Amino acid sequence: MAKEKPATLQVKSFADHHVITQPNPLRKVLLRVPESDLDDPVGRAEKALAELSGEFKNWMTIEADRLSAAHAAVLRDGFTTDNREELFRAAHDIKGDAATFGFPSAGAAAESLCRIIEHAPDLDQVPVDLITHHINAIQAIARERTKLDTAVMASKLSKQLRGVTDEFLLKVNRDRPEHLEAILAPSIVPAE
Amino acid sequence: MYRIDFNKLRFLICDDNPHMRRILRTLLHSFGAREVYEAEDGATALEMYSHYVPDIVITDWAMPIFDGLELAQMIRQPESKGNPYAPIIMLTGHSEKRRVTVARDAGVTEFLAKPISAKGLYQRILNVVANPRPFIKTKTYFGPDRRRNTNNAYIGPERRVGGEMEVLQQPSLLDKARSGI
Repeated sequence: MAKEKPATLQVKSFADHHVITQPNPLRKVLLRVPESDLDDPVGRAEKALAELSGEFKNWMTIEADRLSAAHAAVLRDGFTTDNREELFRAAHDIKGDAATFGFPSAGAAAESLCRIIEHAPDLDQVPVDLITHHINAIQAIARERTKLDTAVMASKLSKQLRGVTDEFLLKVNRDRPEHLEAILAPSIVPAE
Repeated sequence: MYRIDFNKLRFLICDDNPHMRRILRTLLHSFGAREVYEAEDGATALEMYSHYVPDIVITDWAMPIFDGLELAQMIRQPESKGNPYAPIIMLTGHSEKRRVTVARDAGVTEFLAKPISAKGLYQRILNVVANPRPFIKTKTYFGPDRRRNTNNAYIGPERRVGGEMEVLQQPSLLDKARSGI
């Protein structure tokens, strides 16, 4: 598909912009099928994802351990640029992946940690316990999910962490309107 | 009714997280795609983009070396020898509206916030295949038309100038099919 000759561009120029159109190069992959067509690519993919889910518990543990290692580096050497970036990326990956792995509360706790890293004016002034509690919570959720009562407890825990985090961030950003706006803006992802 | 022949599409996925790459690969193969190339950072992805000439790019945002946003900006170079028009789907853990705007302004075609779902990914791919938008080139922007809905009554500071017919509409295949053209 991609090796085909590029379609001819049509350019229409205006005072401050050009509008460029080309015949849809991907048109050939759109197939007309009868209404009776039973192919269900989304269902097939969901089934494949379900088959993969046996790996998710192990993957969650790996992600949580990566986060703990990044945190250990911060405790040892402080918030160097590299340490800050690795802690953020590890937390950010959990924020994005944990719900897919079946650990939505770990994702929520990781999101709270990401907000601290993004919006605290000085990470060295963030209470050490606040960050440590996030790391410990994510580790606990990753390792204890099999206990029947932990889903509710994990949700409560992540919500409490988010509450304390938001209170802290609102206080330290009271003179930084651009951060306040970002902190208060709603997420585009529906809440858990 | 239409469906996508994934068998003919070539994908490039870029994510530093091996687990997410595995999930993406699983979903795309399940849809029917055979050609799925993977990169774990923006620099490698850019090389692979030039080499494999993918039809669709799916990229994470936060990555080492250079990130998905920079990757989008580098692909969207109108004078480059490569193809600056390929659809770019940004799949990211960022979930703030301002991030969507930043991604859009970097030339990203579709934005998909994690957690990923088969349905969400399929819909984004269907959208870039069936509803391509014209490209706009200005002094400061080159990428898909950022206005999905045209409003001729708009007179604000960000309006485009230069003629009555300021935006060319490219009717989507789905719209054509629905209207029987």
